Amino acid sequence: MRFDLQVIASWIEPGSKVLDLGCRTGSLLTHLTREKGIKGTGVEIDERAAGEAIAKGLTVIHGDIYEEIEDYPDDAFDYVILSRTLQQVADPTRLIREMLRVGRLGVVSFPNFTHIRNRFQMFFQGRAPISRELPYEWHNSPNIHVVPIVDFRRFCRDLSVPIVREVAISTHHHDDKGRIITFLPNLLATFGIFLLGRPQSQARRPVFA
Amino acid sequence: MEANLDLGPSVGQVEKRYFTFGDEGGGLKLDCGRELAPVTLAYETCGELSADRSNAILVCHALTGDSHAAGYYHPDDPKPGWWDRMVGPGKPVDTNKYFVICSNVIGGCMGSTGPMSENPATGKPYGAAFPVVTIGDMVRCQRRLVDHLGIDTLLAVVGGSVGGMQVLEWAVRYPGRVRAAIPLATTTKHSAQAIAFNEVARQAIMADPKWNHGDYYDAGRPEHGLAVARMVGHITYLSDESMRQKFDRRLQDRCELSFDFEADFQVESYLRYQGNKFVDRFDANSFLYLTKAADYFNLENRHGDGSLVAAFSRSKSRYLVVSFTSDWLYPTYQSRTMVKAMKKNGLDVSFCEIEAPWGHDAFLLPNERLEALLRGFLDRAHADLTGGGHAF
Repeated sequence: MRFDLQVIASWIEPGSKVLDLGCRTGSLLTHLTREKGIKGTGVEIDERAAGEAIAKGLTVIHGDIYEEIEDYPDDAFDYVILSRTLQQVADPTRLIREMLRVGRLGVVSFPNFTHIRNRFQMFFQGRAPISRELPYEWHNSPNIHVVPIVDFRRFCRDLSVPIVREVAISTHHHDDKGRIITFLPNLLATFGIFLLGRPQSQARRPVFA
Repeated sequence: MEANLDLGPSVGQVEKRYFTFGDEGGGLKLDCGRELAPVTLAYETCGELSADRSNAILVCHALTGDSHAAGYYHPDDPKPGWWDRMVGPGKPVDTNKYFVICSNVIGGCMGSTGPMSENPATGKPYGAAFPVVTIGDMVRCQRRLVDHLGIDTLLAVVGGSVGGMQVLEWAVRYPGRVRAAIPLATTTKHSAQAIAFNEVARQAIMADPKWNHGDYYDAGRPEHGLAVARMVGHITYLSDESMRQKFDRRLQDRCELSFDFEADFQVESYLRYQGNKFVDRFDANSFLYLTKAADYFNLENRHGDGSLVAAFSRSKSRYLVVSFTSDWLYPTYQSRTMVKAMKKNGLDVSFCEIEAPWGHDAFLLPNERLEALLRGFLDRAHADLTGGGHAF
């Protein structure tokens, strides 16, 4: 499994209810079901990926994450995961609020736009950065936002969304290996991973740290 | 549709059986208020019922289907049952693991009690004196059959189209008796458009003078009306794209237009052929009753006081809902509506809209995606039940 998913998996309490938005073929949900006995649900817009996930025996809705998340009642899940998708969603504020309505905690991971290699490409070549984490040309990219780790922190503060946990990682060229970056993460990490609690005003239960 | 002859291993020979109840009172009190007795269901089974009777899967057929889901009656039958692709040893509905039941609906004409059956009051076929039946009535009869077979809880109920309506009715009416429900290409209620097509089909039958208000079993049958009804139905099962691919404007056995009312175009010839083939196997009165039952089906009104969310609040099943992109008879939005109501009730539901150009018929055609979905979903339902851990 990908290293970022390993980090996310390590945060999930055994036996909890988990919603994975953009679950692809369900590798994280499969892992969490097998290793932690969670009750998992996925949402995936791609028919082939959703079909493969359901064929594995997972509970998955083939559909758009904005539309699908709206149908779940409040507190339906312990965790709602948005992995490597934030940079593609049209309205991150709305989505994160919905995540923290249906889930007690939210997990968000995204490629760190201001990683040093991206900065070099912009600075020395003057080009829109293309990397393993953001492998698209400007004209075919599904990514509509650029998200540096520091900007995401500020975004959470503006929304009054508490950051319960935060890890920055750098992955190797083998996806399943990586390391945690503690020194200058906004410069040296390829991904940021955040565990978010409910906005202070709408918190119903204390969140654990 | 073209037969794909590579169907894989078959369950082999199957036998049509009959189960009758209500021949000594205790028939079925129908939704219309009348009582139907006696009631006979034609049914077939394949696979072995496990010692704890927990591996039974009920397959519900569509509008004009029958109990012959899989296998052959005789070794020299040209074709197997209608869902042989899906039901058999090693197939998604795996008869090596599951005990599969399929029965003909009441109101039908393939062995179960319907307008063609003898009316005990007159000794003659019911004809139009047969009571109007509902999807609920059909399902309550199936429940009697399941009781008769000594099965308390069904591992799964699966069906497409009108069969899918029966699946939904089962899961909501008997919440404790259905572990997994698989409604395919179906709806919780007919749209005005679907009712409209059914009404045109019914009018075609009733406009045929030979229909004679349903009393034709001693004379000639309303074959022309029934054929036209089937032609209308067939159009709704296809799609613009599939008709373009299959026929476009190609001419049938001619190079030029005939300038008369022969079947110039291939599509006309195809519909005439389908219509004429249908009258050999189907009863016109049954067609009236079954289309009416489909039109009357309204899950939210019957079980939720008009609220679909309330209707599903009774259900405890896990669901696999499947729709097809080009199905305009029961479009995807209708499947999404039921999925939404299931989610609001916290039910375990999976949904997939399969890209397929073939229209409503797609659920009966070869489709690897559909087969993989059914296999994986049933495997997990079975694994969870047998305590063999999860199906990963």
